[in-house]
Amino acid sequence: MMKKRHEMEVIAVDTIAKETIEMTLYQPEISQQTVPGQFLHLLVPGFTLRRPISIAKVNSEEGTVTILFKVVGGGTKALAAYQPGMTVDALGPNGNGFQVDDVQEGERILLVGGGIGVPPIYHLAKRLSEKNVELVAVLGFQSKDYVFYEEAFQKIAETYVVTNDGSYGHQGFVTHVFSEVGAFDQYFSCGPLPMLRAVTTELKDAAGKVSLEERMGCGVGACMACVLPTVDNSYKKICSDGPVFSAQEVIL
Amino acid sequence: MNLEVKLPGLTLKNPIMPASGCFGFGKEYSEFYDLSRLGAVIMKAATQFERFGNPTPRVAETSSGMLNAIGLQNPGVERIIANEVPRLAAYDTSIIANVAGSSLEEYVFVASAFNQTKDVHALELNISCPNVKEGGIQFGTDPEMAKRVTSAVKEASNLPVYVKLSPNVTNIVEMAKAVEEAGADGLSMINTLTGMKLHLPTGKPLIANQTGGLSGPAIKPIAIRMIYEVRQQVSIPIIGMGGISTAEDVLEFLQAGADAVAVGTANFQNPFACVDIIDALPETLMNYQYTSVQDVIDRRGVQV
Repeated sequence: MMKKRHEMEVIAVDTIAKETIEMTLYQPEISQQTVPGQFLHLLVPGFTLRRPISIAKVNSEEGTVTILFKVVGGGTKALAAYQPGMTVDALGPNGNGFQVDDVQEGERILLVGGGIGVPPIYHLAKRLSEKNVELVAVLGFQSKDYVFYEEAFQKIAETYVVTNDGSYGHQGFVTHVFSEVGAFDQYFSCGPLPMLRAVTTELKDAAGKVSLEERMGCGVGACMACVLPTVDNSYKKICSDGPVFSAQEVIL
Repeated sequence: MNLEVKLPGLTLKNPIMPASGCFGFGKEYSEFYDLSRLGAVIMKAATQFERFGNPTPRVAETSSGMLNAIGLQNPGVERIIANEVPRLAAYDTSIIANVAGSSLEEYVFVASAFNQTKDVHALELNISCPNVKEGGIQFGTDPEMAKRVTSAVKEASNLPVYVKLSPNVTNIVEMAKAVEEAGADGLSMINTLTGMKLHLPTGKPLIANQTGGLSGPAIKPIAIRMIYEVRQQVSIPIIGMGGISTAEDVLEFLQAGADAVAVGTANFQNPFACVDIIDALPETLMNYQYTSVQDVIDRRGVQV
């Protein structure tokens, strides 16, 4: 089947934390196909490049997809102003998400999300919570104003919130609470590159998967804008080979 | 409507092709539509050996355009011939290979390598990449060096050679004349314009390579002006490019002096850009009282 451009109808738009927008879109096909870690590539009229936006949850019965993004520039500002009833031009779901087939019953799983990397981790947590596993989530934010999804996580995971300035939860970086979380079988992480570097360094002996963010061009694997070196002296394309990689496979 | 165009080495069913570097080797876009619909495909640049390209970030958005500094990442010409060309050859479209290098010898090596395959129909000689440290743009900004590399590649290759010109020059006509004199079968113009964007929180260039090539609608008027000027003084065919995203843009390029066109950045915004333009072209030409693509080419410059 050929890939398409989708028109997604805006169902709801909410500011759920500082500069943080949660938007629910109606598009049954995408809601049925999406796995955690995949992203949508959204066109904002007036801007040259599409915006890669992560998915926080899907409801395949209602045909909806919930995305989350931070207002960082003109494009995301324009997108944040969308009203219910309007449509968004989307490609997706793009990329390869988190593989959870090898997660065994009874495992203890560490989930680490930072900032706008929290939404895919939440989608994954929801998916994993359907399995009989124990979830521990460490969520990092800049400060109290930026915190979101804490309660949602608490329902399905033992949850630690960390803020860089200590205005809420633990102070510091996500890695600072690793000593408290105890033993785990494998970890999954998504967030900005410096955070992923710290996480993979700290957990270098553990099995883990990381999901990366990068400025993208085409978003489908053709333009080579978002590449990442790999340990076997080659490279991977974040948009189409990833955004999820084994922590042992890529050089961050 | 007849959209066919005949150029050296190329019989194009329509004048639309994706531009080099914006379409990889076609694989990703073949998941969106049948590549047989395209007039041709210009492959991503080939160099002698595999290149990993520049550090990231490699792209930045700008007003009506974008900057890129990929750095000619490619698997090397031998692997392109072995793996990419056969897959593209399965489609009913022409294949143009983009030849890059950092020395005269490398250009000749890569160009000769494409003599091995019957499936490549023409070369686009990339003497204008602004994003690699050596070669590339030096060959594209000095008329004498452009001449030398063009005649060397012409001698080495069995294929028609379209020389891709850089707009980062004071006198584009001089460059075009130089490569025509050196035996180029056609021109391809324009490559990107060197630009820069700063990251406000740090005050440093956003792209890791510092500078990048500007593409997209922002550069269209420059492309039109350069093609128009070159058309007055040079008789070899021109594949025009620079910010094309609609059938009207295509008509403007043809009127300015292009004989076919390439669509680049628009593919990123709309993966169907090329086929959408092909679909819209007949009606657009009709709206302006043209009967075919060749009719536009025949009638340009003719006083009405």
